[in-house]
Amino acid sequence: MGRYFEAADGGAAASFDEFEAELLRAYAEHMIEFIDAREGTGGTAEDLIASAFSEGPTELPGDPALARLFPDAYTDLGPDSVVDGIDAAAASAEFRRYTEHDLRARKRDDAQAVIRSLEALAPEGEERATLHLKPEECRQWLGALNDLRLVLASRLEIVEDEDFEELLELPDDDPRSPLVLTYGWLTALQDTLVEALMQSL
Amino acid sequence: MPMPVRCAAAVETERASAAAETADPDVPWITLVHNDPVNLMSYVAYVFQSYFGFSEAKANQLMLDVHHKGRAVVSSGTREEMERDVQAMHGYGLWATLRQDR
Repeated sequence: MGRYFEAADGGAAASFDEFEAELLRAYAEHMIEFIDAREGTGGTAEDLIASAFSEGPTELPGDPALARLFPDAYTDLGPDSVVDGIDAAAASAEFRRYTEHDLRARKRDDAQAVIRSLEALAPEGEERATLHLKPEECRQWLGALNDLRLVLASRLEIVEDEDFEELLELPDDDPRSPLVLTYGWLTALQDTLVEALMQSL
Repeated sequence: MPMPVRCAAAVETERASAAAETADPDVPWITLVHNDPVNLMSYVAYVFQSYFGFSEAKANQLMLDVHHKGRAVVSSGTREEMERDVQAMHGYGLWATLRQDR
């Protein structure tokens, strides 16, 4: 089995060595911490109970990567710019209050699915172990890979379609190089996973 | 049509009653998906197919519209329906917004 995804049994399969599995698991764990750091909600039982009884946040996150994961739903209401007496910023705040908890929960679940798969796989050293994902797991992996790429792209300041290609020209000793390589790897994983899943749509 | 996005039923009910006060029900709302340099063309087409149930051809056309024109209208309907679609798109990591279509 190759290092990128292929369609297998209605889902997909790819192989990972220990370094790759550890790297991706660590990224997924950071993702959960990053999501939880928003509004200070953690993963403890108390935090979860508290979040069930509180309304969600209303402000666009200040961190650009978080702002991309949790974007405003209204940026422009049309020529009138005011609907029902509220403007786009107020409508976005209202939308966020009711939806961001769920969105955060989904992103956390997706990252956790990746961690679970990789922990169960536990490849040793350079020997590659084949990971089989069921269709539902494929969807969670797609979401998690996409979220990770959004965060890395934000850190690498990829804002135009050509920016990633320019980053590939960086000298090896540039501090951004490891992130660029990881971004390219996650992109290939996601792209091949979409392709594998499309075959079973 | 698979819908992997978790929707909170209670929240939807609350939202529906709040949005029922909308003054002009005749003007439809639209969901826009915006281009960004991260989301893969294959992934965007996949999302359109799996969430909206579009054919491969329609999903690809909309994906290309997003890519070349910067954005595309992917659905239209009531404000509540469009909020649901936008929430789903954010769940997939696409950049989506809604607005009234006038």
